[in-house]
Amino acid sequence: METNIALYKYCVRIADTSLILAQRMCEWCGHGPILEEDIAMSNMGLDLIGQSRGFYSYAAKLESKGRTEDDIAYFRNEREFLNRCIVEQPNTNFAFTMMRSFLHGCLAYLQFRTLVKSKDDTIAGLSEKALKEMTYHVRHASEWIIRLGDGTDVSHEKVKEALENLWQFTDELFEMDEVDQALIKSGIACDISMLRAEWDQMVNEVLAKAKLERPLGGYQSKGGFNGAHTEHLGHLLSEMQYLPRAYPDAIW
Amino acid sequence: MSTKDNWPTWEVFTQQKNGAAHEHAGNVHAPDAEMALLNARDVYGRRQEAVNIWVVPSVAITASTPEDMGPFFEPGNDKMYRWPNYYKTPEGIKQI
Amino acid sequence: MNQPQIQEDEQKHVDAFNARIAAGKTIEPKDWMPEKYRKQLLRMMSQHAHSEVVGMLPEGNWLTRAPSLMRKAVLLAKVQDEAGHGLYIYSGAETLGTDRAEMIDQLLSGKAKYASIFNYPTLNWADMGAVGWLVDGAAIVNQTALAKCSYGPYARAMIRICKEENFHSKQGYQIMAHMMSGTKEQQEMAQDAINRFWWPVLMMFGPSDADSPNSDDLMKWKVKLYSNDDLRQRFIDRTVPQAEAIGIKIPDDKLKWNPTTRHYEFGEINFDELKSVITGNGPCNKLRMKQRNDAHKNGAWVREAAIAYAEKRAKE
Ligand SMILES: [Fe+2]
Ligand SMILES: [Fe+2]
Repeated sequence: METNIALYKYCVRIADTSLILAQRMCEWCGHGPILEEDIAMSNMGLDLIGQSRGFYSYAAKLESKGRTEDDIAYFRNEREFLNRCIVEQPNTNFAFTMMRSFLHGCLAYLQFRTLVKSKDDTIAGLSEKALKEMTYHVRHASEWIIRLGDGTDVSHEKVKEALENLWQFTDELFEMDEVDQALIKSGIACDISMLRAEWDQMVNEVLAKAKLERPLGGYQSKGGFNGAHTEHLGHLLSEMQYLPRAYPDAIW
Repeated sequence: MSTKDNWPTWEVFTQQKNGAAHEHAGNVHAPDAEMALLNARDVYGRRQEAVNIWVVPSVAITASTPEDMGPFFEPGNDKMYRWPNYYKTPEGIKQI
Repeated sequence: MNQPQIQEDEQKHVDAFNARIAAGKTIEPKDWMPEKYRKQLLRMMSQHAHSEVVGMLPEGNWLTRAPSLMRKAVLLAKVQDEAGHGLYIYSGAETLGTDRAEMIDQLLSGKAKYASIFNYPTLNWADMGAVGWLVDGAAIVNQTALAKCSYGPYARAMIRICKEENFHSKQGYQIMAHMMSGTKEQQEMAQDAINRFWWPVLMMFGPSDADSPNSDDLMKWKVKLYSNDDLRQRFIDRTVPQAEAIGIKIPDDKLKWNPTTRHYEFGEINFDELKSVITGNGPCNKLRMKQRNDAHKNGAWVREAAIAYAEKRAKE
């Protein structure tokens, strides 16, 4: 696989994942459990939008067809979106949102930590910023998982339900294909399969503190990073993309 | 409303740059110290206003009262000899 | 102490308080203050804080539909700031002896009021421009005055907030400017937005002075430094040229510059509409209250869990 084509796809996968999660975070703004948390979730949303813009812009540059970050974000359909399925899952409640941020965040943290050393300077630069952001997201989400898990009976039930529902999207976090292989060889991408043990350790530690049991077995989704999504993504996109699509000539 | 879900307040002090003194920025509500720190970071550090943050339970602060103002602070008024510019430097001497 | 003695002491306090106000000094939380001053301030500050928080909703309505990633980020940062404003002002109001949870209860039970403007719907993307430019523009005029008010914690919160409001109104104006120089449909959206928002924004400054029941005391105490009508005029005077610069039409046939007074004259404001929106009968009053009540109710178990966890840890 040609490096530029692989790298384009690699960037879009990261950008899509950040953007879709940001979109979910936006839904909370004004509806959080307490003002402080509205502010915190918005901060995370802003970080994620920033990440997506960085990686889209780089993808656009690699592609060199004159497209912009917005063209890539707003003019592709659900089968063309390459995000991991976990981030498109609905907010459901605060426990789901925190669990989703936590499970995905741990991987994103590890991934960016490795990509800081990428042989591609742009990837390394973007990852350096994203790493700091994800470090905080993981800390914030972990603190909440622990409090919800070891808080009241109600909160324990809810966070347990969140874990059990979201677990089916965790194997997918580690999926790789020829895009990754091509870039790993040239020292640009990171081998996420190597991060699994550390991810397990991070997750197990927090789950133990939260008095939650790690789910075993069950269905595992596949292929979000190649466009195989859950039913939720289409709805999310139709809302997110409607304006630029309704008025394709407009500049906002 | 029940007090079960009412979080206490924490006073937030931010250090704007390395080496500077921490200054009072405001307060946040939080259930415990760690969350107070995270909330303070999100609320008072959005515009790069801080490099370090302290949080202190608001109830832990003891303040002087307005009635204290006279007895506390006015006795300093007549002690001008504490200020360096009270002392005239003899002409011709540049530095003491 | 006998009765005359108490009255004499009270009078001494009142005199000292009035003297401080007259000298332009600020009143701090632990200073003696007339009960009425405390009550009026608490009412005003909690209403203001509620307005910031309810004010997140009309713009929050477009966060997931912002037409570019840059606009999405800007809008999210803006709405987030409003949560911060609510937080700062609640925290200022708490120094008057009522905690935030109690103030929020008053909002949710419908006892406390908030700015009427947030009871209007946001129906197209240009509303994000109109709200930022006009609503935050009006807020700047109001809040710049409040930054010099006599209550220290309120004034300090306003200074912090004013810095952020400038970003809010600029981003709104930029949206409008972009749309006015865009396609025909965009121009129509922009005009539609200002047509709907102009008059309700003028109402934000409150009833005209002749009709403003709380103003006298507040002005005497230098909580309010300018009257509703003065501030409204100031807003109109600074906004009309901005509208002209981007070629958007303000929906008021009577609007015209008076070279003698050096102010714009404007048409009559429908204060009956203001009254009915304030008393709960605006287009979105029910929706806004439902949204806030839902958020609060749905968050109760989260807030409780955090407290329960903290209590367990404290016992260890
Ligand atoms: Fe505000
Ligand atoms: Fe604002």
